[in-house]
Amino acid sequence: MDLSNLLVIVVGSILINNFVLARFLGICPYIGVSKKLSSAIGMGMAVIFVMTLASLASWLIYYYLLDPATSVWGVDLTFLRTIAFILVIASLVQFVEMVIQKLAPALYQALGIYLPLITTNCAVLGVAVLNIDESYTLIESLVNAASAGVGFTLALILMAGIRERLDTADIPKPLQGVPIAFLMAGLMAIAFLGFSGLSFG
Amino acid sequence: MSVRSEFTKGLIKENPVLRLALGLCPSLAVSSSVENAIGMGISATFVLVMSNLLISLVRKGVPSKIRIPVYIVIIAAFVSIVEMVMAAYQPDLFRALGIFVPLIVVNCIILGRAEAFASKNTPLLSVVDGFGMGVGFTLALLVIATVREILGNGTWYGISVTPSGFEPVLLMMLAPGAFLTMGLVLGFVNWMDQRKAERDKMESVVKAGFARSRKEA
Repeated sequence: MDLSNLLVIVVGSILINNFVLARFLGICPYIGVSKKLSSAIGMGMAVIFVMTLASLASWLIYYYLLDPATSVWGVDLTFLRTIAFILVIASLVQFVEMVIQKLAPALYQALGIYLPLITTNCAVLGVAVLNIDESYTLIESLVNAASAGVGFTLALILMAGIRERLDTADIPKPLQGVPIAFLMAGLMAIAFLGFSGLSFG
Repeated sequence: MSVRSEFTKGLIKENPVLRLALGLCPSLAVSSSVENAIGMGISATFVLVMSNLLISLVRKGVPSKIRIPVYIVIIAAFVSIVEMVMAAYQPDLFRALGIFVPLIVVNCIILGRAEAFASKNTPLLSVVDGFGMGVGFTLALLVIATVREILGNGTWYGISVTPSGFEPVLLMMLAPGAFLTMGLVLGFVNWMDQRKAERDKMESVVKAGFARSRKEA
């Protein structure tokens, strides 16, 4: 296992190809849940957790059940990818919700309300599809998913910090709320463009 | 509600992107050129119309507890059809749209219409509703893509439309341009709304004043 390869994936997913600011994935929760810092942190943790688990499940399903070259029955079922992945993610979220509720009530209190929202978060399905498109190994997929989740959380927390200050700012009336959040995201995306100069080699 | 008003409400009054703030991820991601925007708009409209039709047909047979998984499977099936057709006949577009083709599944407009409209209405109305919402989504994509392609590349649908001295702003094609354009377009829509609301208020005040003065006279 090449460690430097993993490092490139980590830096790439968190900073250079940040899921929210460069790939446009997970915009709905990014705009919707970034009004308060505490809920941003809760949502971020839930997303990291679900993204990593979903990548694990979808990778195993793709390579052991769908891909003809490696699957147990050698039949080409790759056209079922989208249906299989969304079902896996939806049932996984339900399952995680039940397990956390039984085993860690305190954690459920913190993350509970965010879990149902995650099923329709395109970042989760996005990372599962990206792992397959980039033909990552299982380890690479897990690292990619976790760091994509960290990148999402980073962008969400930064945005929540800015929006808590915007509450007291004097903003033109038509721009209040969602429009100003998009303009802030644009400025943050310009800042994150600076990372695209990072190179390894 | 007439068939006609079910169609037109999706265009302006309840435009999914500009009014309801749904389906934001694809509107940002594929709006760097008008061509991509049209491709995404047609694909999403097809999925919306077909899934609304099928969901409306089966709405009485689906127990309410498992309705969401059923809707998701129906939507995913139509998305897979779009994926395969596009990969076969429009490979360039398929590559340009990338992972946003499979991600039509999680476009909240589609599940939103299934839950809010198709699960309660007749097949005909559901198809019309899906078509209206799809066209509204396409229109919103076109507005954003028009701004971004003209400013960022000096072209519209690949045709050069700016004078020769025009220096394209590359930023508009990159990620920040999408966020800034979306923020300003949403702000403009709000501004129009607020201006109209104020004018209506003024009008009603003036009318009330007339009525009163007439009564006194």
